Amino acid sequence: MGLLYFSGVAVLVVVGFLFGRSRAALAERTEPLHSRPNYHGAFVALSILIPMVLLFAIGVPIANHVTETEALNAYDPQIAGDQLRRGAVLRDIVALANERYAGQPSEALRRAADTYASLRAWSIYLIICGGIVFALLGIAFSLRTLSARFRARNRVEAVVKWTLFAAACVAVLTTIGIVASVVFETIRFFDRVSPIDFLFGLHWSPQTAIRADQGGSSGSFGIVPLVTGTLLITVIAMLIAGPIGLFAAIYMAEYATPRFRNFAKPVLEILAGIPTVVLGFFAALTLAPLIRASGEALGLNVASESALAAGIVMGMMIIPFVSSLSDDVINAVPQSLRDGSYAMGATKSETIKKVVLPAAFGGIVSAFMLAISRAVGETMIVVMAAGLAGNLTFNPLEAVTTFTVQIKTILVGDQEFDSAKTLSAFALGFVLFFFTLTLNVIALQIVKRYREQYD
Amino acid sequence: MNTMVKVSDIVPAAEAHAPEHGTKVVARDVNVYYGEKRALFDVSLDIPARSVMALIGPSGCGKSTFLRCLNRMNDTIPIARVTGRIEIDGRDIHSADLDVVQLRANVGMVFQKPNPFPKSIYENVAYGPRIHGLARSKSELDGVVESSLRRAGLWEEVKDRLGDSGTGLSGGQQQRLCIARAIAVSPEVILMDEPCSALDPIATAKIEELMDELRENYTIVIVTHSMQQAARVSQRTAFFHLGILVETGPTEKIFTNPSDKKTQDYITGRFG
Repeated sequence: MGLLYFSGVAVLVVVGFLFGRSRAALAERTEPLHSRPNYHGAFVALSILIPMVLLFAIGVPIANHVTETEALNAYDPQIAGDQLRRGAVLRDIVALANERYAGQPSEALRRAADTYASLRAWSIYLIICGGIVFALLGIAFSLRTLSARFRARNRVEAVVKWTLFAAACVAVLTTIGIVASVVFETIRFFDRVSPIDFLFGLHWSPQTAIRADQGGSSGSFGIVPLVTGTLLITVIAMLIAGPIGLFAAIYMAEYATPRFRNFAKPVLEILAGIPTVVLGFFAALTLAPLIRASGEALGLNVASESALAAGIVMGMMIIPFVSSLSDDVINAVPQSLRDGSYAMGATKSETIKKVVLPAAFGGIVSAFMLAISRAVGETMIVVMAAGLAGNLTFNPLEAVTTFTVQIKTILVGDQEFDSAKTLSAFALGFVLFFFTLTLNVIALQIVKRYREQYD
Repeated sequence: MNTMVKVSDIVPAAEAHAPEHGTKVVARDVNVYYGEKRALFDVSLDIPARSVMALIGPSGCGKSTFLRCLNRMNDTIPIARVTGRIEIDGRDIHSADLDVVQLRANVGMVFQKPNPFPKSIYENVAYGPRIHGLARSKSELDGVVESSLRRAGLWEEVKDRLGDSGTGLSGGQQQRLCIARAIAVSPEVILMDEPCSALDPIATAKIEELMDELRENYTIVIVTHSMQQAARVSQRTAFFHLGILVETGPTEKIFTNPSDKKTQDYITGRFG
């Protein structure tokens, strides 16, 4: 139905546009127009498009709701209160109405399906007719409004503005929606586990007994081991990516010949494009055994899944972020500052150290912050290389676990959505979100503070 | 002996008497190429010590290119190539045993657009002395900063806010800060590449006044688009056109009685 409706909309819009344009072109012969004929055409097209789209966007959900309610009433008037049964019956009704029901339907179900099918046919009919009426009204309205002196151009401009505003709103509302859903689940989690235990508990073991007769742990939700694990891996990653990324950026921006630059930049971008799951098995299958073997050669006890392996590979993953962004900000430092420094008799590295890097400081810090947010939020590499054990340790040779790994572990597989274990994933997500948000805010503040005005 | 021609016979009288303090810079047959394009053609020019030499000419005539040869700033442009001989105090600046870093400490430069570093006023001036190790103690460095700012005529305006950012000053103050920064390493030659083109008339007047004082101790070469400025500040002027040094001589003579038709046309505003 949607396809049919919107092909109708498309045809009407095109016809309206051509009609409005040719009418304006005719009018232009007798009187000068305020707006070009194309704007007249666009005005007619928009007068058709906007009401029709609005009708569909508002009408379809209402029609669906009415259809479903009536069909369920026809099945059993008492069913509205029971959410679980309501869903199941509705699926049966829809299946039967579409003739995809397996088995022998009951009398009540057959009746409900008939109601459903007829109401659905009616609503399609109504919406299509309504659409046509709206389109005609739109044409009538635009023809009445259009005249040679009508400012169609300004009206179209306003529509453009509001469309862009709507797009911006969608982005903002999506963010708000995601945050809200995480927050609500987090609140539910804190009904079961106290926030103090959650934030300051030293033991992480989310396994809870599902049935009363089951043995096993009662579950403890202290996130401190996850915080240390995440920090440990992030610090290792930044120790790798920070210097290498920054030095690579300096080399690319200041020393490299154009030929080398043209070769190396795309290669670095390929590194950024490697799926993290590929990096993850590189960490787990190549690097971790290597670290283990060399550690044992030195007489150290290395876990086969170590924070070090995950951190190193994570560092490799974020090198392109650091280097590419730093390269951009270093290039943005005006050449006149370099010239000033060279003219003072400074060497290249003195100029970079004392003039270019301080001038680019804000941008470099924000590049680092972005890289850290990436590292903290990265999942696949740590899942594969760092392990699941919530060890409270700062030893990079032991297995640790992170927020993202635990969220993934908790939510994979069959879950009850009202157990503390499942809900703890949302609380972890909320803490993680809060952490990266803080990082971003700090980065923005630093950028603002150190931003130099160059004109 | 009788076959020899006396210098005064072939050179106009004004050219004949030697510069007061000797010749600081000698350029012979300088050519500059930017890739395939040739920007300077066999320029030979003597620049007398402790005076102001103005380089004038229409846009793209090579005057800035020549200026940048004198402290080898063209080295920083990968496609630029310089041939010919340039001597400062008799030393070839292209010779292998001359360190370009030392050369630039000796030949300071002020640019068209003020380019203070994004650091404090103090740090801007202390930059050169620090990298060249010219001051042994903090108080010595303070002294260098103060005397440089005084010579650049900026001390009274900034002495109470040396810690403020150099980029927060007005355009004219920024340019004087750049001059202070350049003289902080005690160069002997100061190159100025249109130092007033981004400034208002009052700031320009201050810089011109400053140049007049600075020539007591420094050899100044200034590129300018303003012929009035060249006439006001310089003792000698060189006119460039299309990469060729057309004419050079005492400023007074160039502006009142040029020997070349093109110079005449340019200074009377017929082109450029």
